[in-house]
Amino acid sequence: MDDPYEILGVKRDAKADELKSAYRKLVKLHHPDLNPGKKEAEDRFKAVTAAYDLLSDVEKRGRFDRGEIDASGAESAPERPFYHDYGDAPGGRKYRSSAQFDPDDLASIFGQAFNRRSGGSGAEFSAQGADAYYSLSVSFLDAAMGAKRRLTLPDGQSLDVNIPAGLQHGQILRLAGKGMPGFGKGGTGDALIEVSVAPHAFFRREGRDIHVELPVTLQEAVLGAKVETPTIKGPVQLTVPTHATSGTRLRLKGRGIAGGDQFVTLKVMLPTDEETELDTFLKNWEPHHPFDPRKHMGSK
Amino acid sequence: MKIAAVVALFPDLQQVELTTWIERRFVRPESSCEGEGEWVFHEIDVARVHLIYDLRRNLDVPDDTLPLLLSVLDQLYDLRRKLNAVSDTVAGYPPELRDALMAVIRDGGQADD
Repeated sequence: MDDPYEILGVKRDAKADELKSAYRKLVKLHHPDLNPGKKEAEDRFKAVTAAYDLLSDVEKRGRFDRGEIDASGAESAPERPFYHDYGDAPGGRKYRSSAQFDPDDLASIFGQAFNRRSGGSGAEFSAQGADAYYSLSVSFLDAAMGAKRRLTLPDGQSLDVNIPAGLQHGQILRLAGKGMPGFGKGGTGDALIEVSVAPHAFFRREGRDIHVELPVTLQEAVLGAKVETPTIKGPVQLTVPTHATSGTRLRLKGRGIAGGDQFVTLKVMLPTDEETELDTFLKNWEPHHPFDPRKHMGSK
Repeated sequence: MKIAAVVALFPDLQQVELTTWIERRFVRPESSCEGEGEWVFHEIDVARVHLIYDLRRNLDVPDDTLPLLLSVLDQLYDLRRKLNAVSDTVAGYPPELRDALMAVIRDGGQADD
């Protein structure tokens, strides 16, 4: 280690406050956390600190002046962590400034720089444009049947999006070349659109199959009937077999999405208004084949 | 590391002063499940206490200027992390492109015409 007086730039008879002010001046210049790009700053800072540690200790300074110890006696200054080692690492994001700059800002900085380069030096820079992310919400039927939707972008432009039939909730559509412009000869980035599918009032989807619960009257359930049921492609006639109970599941082949089926679960609805004839009939009715619908549950 | 151990690293730092730094969000140790006022200092937090200590004790930064300086420093480190990420990415690019980019970063801000 060099002479601590030289390092601090003070005379050998410097007083304590002179030492201190010299030390502070140098620390201001060389603090490595304030000069993260300067590699030599940390070495200078350590040397200055070690020198100050030695000279600010009256006893050590006396021994050094009398030649009892050399300057290396000061080099045992304790190791300390420096913030720049952490601030530069990805973990430094913990102390991310709250004033985040706009990504456009960075792009414009680079854009200007690249344009400037490509102007004269001949070293032309090209880079693929960034992908742009959007989200779009579509109705259940549009997702099932496919549709064309127009997405209005923040900059006022619009993007036509083809929704393929059978699109799933959360699926991401990629529109090649609809993202951010590239630099130089670099192509435009892609637009990535995350699509959310709104639930339907009565259709439910499982893979390519559609499920629907269809309410039927007591007569339709007992006597059988042809009733109209909605499908994703419009209403169709459905045959309800005689003595159909609630929970009976009927299949309409090919009425789902892209070759899937539609399943119709019947739900028998009893009349809500007063029906005295029905009540009277049931009171006097003695079934030919009495049965216990709860037999499988172990009740007697 | 607990607050008492951090304070012990410095000759003249009191727990009260470090607590005000935490309350003012200059340092953000993890709050411990052990209870109110218990913190866990990670390495980055300890390094930051060293930095704030230097700013206050050795660089004479006034108390009301400290947040301003820390904010500017945090922005500097944000940019440095971003630049590091850019240069890591660029390392895999063709040499002529890499050189052009590095030249831009080196000349940064100085008009070259």
